[in-house]
Order: sequence, then C-alpha cells, then structure tokens
Amino acid sequence: MTASEVKTAQQRRIDGDTPLVELKDICVSFGGIHAVDHVSVDLHPGEVVGLLGHNGAGKSTLIKVLSGAYQMDSGEIRINGNKAEIHNPRDARSYNVETIYQTLALADNLDAASNLFLGRELITPVGLVDDAAMEAECRKIMGGLNPNFSKFAEPVSALSGGQRQSVAIARAVYFNAKILIMDEPTAALGPQETQMVAELIQKLKAQGIGIFLIDHDVHAVMELCDRASVMKNGQLVGTVNIDEVTDDDLLSMIILGKVPKQAVA
Amino acid sequence: MTETTSQPIPSQSKRNMFQQLELDVRLLGMIGAFVILCIGFNILTDGRFLSPRNLFNLTIQTVSVAIMATGMVFVIVMRHIDLSVGGVLAVSSAVMALVQTKFLPTYLGLGFDHPLTWIIAIAIGLSIGTLIGAFQGWLVGYQSVPAFIVTLGGFLVWRNYGWLFTSGQTIGPLDKNFLVLGGVSGTMGEAMSWTIGVVAVAISLWAMVSSRRGRIQHGFPAKPAWAEGIVMGIVTCAILGFVWILNSYDIPSRKLQRMFEAKGEVMPEGLEVGYGLPISVLILIATAIVMTVVARRTRLGRYIFATGGNPDAADLSGINTRLLTVKVFAIMGFLCALSAVVASARLQNHTNDIGTLDELRVIAAAVIGGTALAGGAGTIYGAILGALVMQSLQSGMAMVGVDAPLQNIVVGSVLVFAVWLDIQYRKRLGAKI
Repeated sequence: MTASEVKTAQQRRIDGDTPLVELKDICVSFGGIHAVDHVSVDLHPGEVVGLLGHNGAGKSTLIKVLSGAYQMDSGEIRINGNKAEIHNPRDARSYNVETIYQTLALADNLDAASNLFLGRELITPVGLVDDAAMEAECRKIMGGLNPNFSKFAEPVSALSGGQRQSVAIARAVYFNAKILIMDEPTAALGPQETQMVAELIQKLKAQGIGIFLIDHDVHAVMELCDRASVMKNGQLVGTVNIDEVTDDDLLSMIILGKVPKQAVA
Repeated sequence: MTETTSQPIPSQSKRNMFQQLELDVRLLGMIGAFVILCIGFNILTDGRFLSPRNLFNLTIQTVSVAIMATGMVFVIVMRHIDLSVGGVLAVSSAVMALVQTKFLPTYLGLGFDHPLTWIIAIAIGLSIGTLIGAFQGWLVGYQSVPAFIVTLGGFLVWRNYGWLFTSGQTIGPLDKNFLVLGGVSGTMGEAMSWTIGVVAVAISLWAMVSSRRGRIQHGFPAKPAWAEGIVMGIVTCAILGFVWILNSYDIPSRKLQRMFEAKGEVMPEGLEVGYGLPISVLILIATAIVMTVVARRTRLGRYIFATGGNPDAADLSGINTRLLTVKVFAIMGFLCALSAVVASARLQNHTNDIGTLDELRVIAAAVIGGTALAGGAGTIYGAILGALVMQSLQSGMAMVGVDAPLQNIVVGSVLVFAVWLDIQYRKRLGAKI
C-alpha cells in the first residue's frame, strides 16, 4: 500500500464516498429522559472520530447502540450504505463492529486466552473447546501487542491495568474489526501504555479501520482524531475537523454548547 | 495484523519441587482434612470406621447428595442458588414410584418387574426433573425473579406435589430392576470391578500423556517428566485403592447362601465374594466425568464460568445469559431426578420425606468443596469431596455415639469454619473474594 493509491479519510468525505458507518437521527430514552436525542454522526474508513462531552452527555449511550448493548427507539444505522439491524452484541460483531469498553468487560476469573475468545471459542472437531489452540493464538497476538505480557495461565484478575487493557484491545483487534469503538481506552493507563494505544490507533488507521474514540480528554482527542463530534445533554452540538479548531474551541463546545463559526465540518 | 512472534517462555528454575507438581493446594488441604477426620473416627470407633463395610456404606450414602452437588456447582458459579433440590428429588421419586408400581403394571398391564418398567420410569422421572428445573430457570433468567425466591417457593411446591400424587403414602416395593441402581442390591462383583478400575487407570494415564504431548507440541511450559510421573502414580493408586476397598467388603455368607439357593445351587464351603463397585457409584463417577468435561472443555461450561465471573462482560460478548440460566437450572433438575433414582432405589421405597434437608447438604457440599457464593469459581471434584466429608462427619459421629443435637451443631460449625478457612486462604493469595 502506498499513500498515493489510498485516499485519505478527508478526501473520501469531500468526494462524497459512502461512509463506513452512518448513525442517523438516533433516539434513545430511559423512562422519559432523552439520553440521545436525534443525533447523527458518521465515520469513514481509516478515520478516527472523537466523541466528546460531559458525563451524561449521551456519548456512551449513542455508541452502545452501535455495539448492540442498547436498543435505539428510533433512527437508522447504515454500514457501507446498507441498513444494518443491530439488536444485540452478537449482531454487532457480525458487522465487524468491535468494542473496547471502558470497564474492559473482562471475566476476571478466566485467563487471557479465554477472555480473548469469549463467545467465539475455537473448537476441536468433536466440538470441545480447544484451549491449546486458543492459548497459541493468544501468545501470538500478545507478542505483537504487548511483548512484556507473560501471564497466560493466570486469571486476568492477577494482571495489571495495562495488561488487562491489552487483553481487551487484543480481543477487539483480533477478529478483523472494520469498525472499532474505544470507550476511554487510556483512562486507566500510565503514560507509556497510553503511548502504546496511540501507536496502535495509527496502525489501525493505516489498515483502513474506522474508529470511534470516546474521551473526556480534549488533548487526547486533538492528538489522535481527524474529526470530533461533541454532545451535550443528549444532543449533538456539532462535528468539527480537528485541524480547523483549537483546544479552546472544543472546550467551549463541550461546556457552552457553542460551535465555532469557521469550523463546521 | 501483528507479526507472528511468540512470547519467550520464562524459565521455571525458580520454582520449588512442590510447585512443579502443579497440584491443587486447596484440593490437597481438603483431602488432608478428610484423612485426619477418617483416622480420628477410626481411633474413636476401634477400627470400625475404616472397615471395608463402613467405607462401602459411606460411599453408597454419599452418592445421592454428591450427584446433586455437581449441579449445584454450576448454579452457584452463575451467582444463583437452588433451595428446591430436595423437593424436586421428592416429586421425581414420587412420580417414578407411581409409574413403576401403579401406572405401568396395573393400568398399562405390563405386570410387575417387566424388563421395560425401570427404563420407562426413569425416563419419565428425568424428564420431569429437567422440566421443573427449566421452568425455574425461565423464571430466574427471563422473568428476573431472584433464584432465592423462585427456589424457596419451589422448596414448598415440589415436595408437596409429590405428597399430593401419592396421598402421602409410602410407595413400594419398587421394581426389581430399578432397585439394582440403589447400591447394595447392584454391584459389579470383584472381577468386573478390577476390570473397570484398570480401564479407568489406562484412560486417565492416556489423557494425561496426550495433554502433556499437546502442550509440548505447542511449545507451552509443561511439568517436568518426574512430576508428571508422580501425579500419574498417585492417580493409579487412588483408583485401584478405591476398587480394592470396595472389593474387600464381602457379601455376608447368609446372604450369599440365599443367592445360591435362589439359583438352585449349593454354595461351596468357605466361599468369599466381595461386593465390588456399586452401580450407583458408577453413576456418580459418570456424572462427575461428564460434568467436569462440560465445565472445562465445552462452550456451555466456559460461558457459565464467564457469566459467574462478570455477567456484564458475558452479555457484551454476545452470550445469551438468560438461556444459559435456563440450561443451568435444567441440568440441576435433571441431576435431582437422577439422585431420586439412586435414593429411592437405595431405600427400596418412595417415602414422603425422601431428600428432606438435602438442599442444605448439597449447598454445604458445594461450598465446602470450594465453590464461591460470589460466583465464578468452583470445581466438580471439590463438591464431591465436600459431600464425602459431610457424610463421613455425620456417620462417624453416629458411630461414635454423639447425641443428635450435637451432631447438627458440629456439622453446622464445620460448614462455617470451612468457608472461613477458604476465605483466609484466598486473602493470602491476594484474590478478590
């Protein structure tokens, strides 16, 4: 792959190519509270779109509609231009939507390989779980992702925060994700591990994977994202190109709900 | 994607001899406690406790609770509880008793002791147990009623259905072929028991060798060969020792004489014949093997443990945890009915109070065996050993002549003490409780 042959995400948008994911007019309410109120966002291949907002702004709820954890009340999800029916996490996985949850969603009592393959175990010809093959695959992928990782036999509760994070990331990346959702992936990490996540995002971008990155941290979004969509009180404040705004512009969108005039994407 | 560089495998030189055996410390502790218990009772009873006769009886008495305890492991690992197992056992037993003494012989005209009777009765009993379990699982999984409440209700409901069906009468004697499954009336004999023992040793050794070969093939760390050899030796001795004990309990000569007379033969002078493996024990062993394979080597088992460890993570991984709950309770119901077969066959009748308080024994067995009520942890062999410890304690105290109230006080205290000890052990390991 050379750069000249591949369109950048920005170029695709300008050309009006079909986005990888379109969330259109999504509404989710919990007992009369509009957690997500007519929100539309989209994502192109090889693009990182940041979702920003206060706690309770609705960004996690919006993204859980895409990952299948929540059901939307109205709206439409399109993947590669086709309407997608996502009613549960299994459906989402069938569209190659993978999610790294803020809570990591690991079963603490199982080892890394069991977590990596949870719900998609490798099985032997007689239908039994093939632990040896899963451990071998797990050693392979962890070798590339986090070379210091060595606790394959222990339950993941015995691992450090960074190691647990790499298990969660490995799980999302291993199964040919096309669309990756990262919910505050660096919240529990030290500087070195945060750097590792940043490098990983660049690598995945280069492979044409579209990434939704949910984060509190404006600096992280400025550094990692191509565009940012800001939410406030369940509504979309606006979507901006990162290279056309400053930190302060983003902050005022988050806090005041104001879109800088020059930067509407 | 990432390169195929494998992890360097850390050297094992730092580990001591004991660690290299990779034995389950917790299991060793439990076996140690069990051995001390047995020796203690043996001294107090002047050698009667460890006599082949008592060990044989102890084994038979443990089977019913042990079978249910293997299912309780799954239920508790899923963070649920089942208080209805005694009731489900009772109603399954009642239905099976009615089928084999009233329905099939009289209404269907098969007559008594027809060769099909026992199979039909058991099939009906197992279906009823499974259906009741599945129904309770549906209430828990799909209707979100807490398992404690569903099965507390079931505790009252199911046993009394049994009472209604039988009008409270004792039903018996049961079918002749059915009684074979109870224990004393159905044993394999010495030669067959040795054969089964040797086959079991061969299969276990083969399983261990092939698992070791698999690890070496994948380049994973494996135990040193001498450690593997020691573990194999222990397993061999345990299996053959168990068969030897059950074979050493001779059929009383009066009973033997009657058996010969029934065939119209004369018993040779000085003949001694051992009982060998009871069929009910083989049922328990088969249950234990199947449940262990389910727990460790199937998706179902993997999902049960994952859900117990983190229900949200299991949901987000696309596991249908509601249906899983139904399956786990259905398995529990099936095992209750299987226990009902063994228990009623052992007692030769269906009585109204069959399995009374079994729910508490079963839960205690699972918990003493290391199943964590917080979910996510537990083993099948632990639960069986727990059932054995409970039964030994109870029958040992009865042999020593401890007063009935004191027996219950001791059993209750041991339960709490065992769990306290387990929590201390886990704390030292630094695990979350």
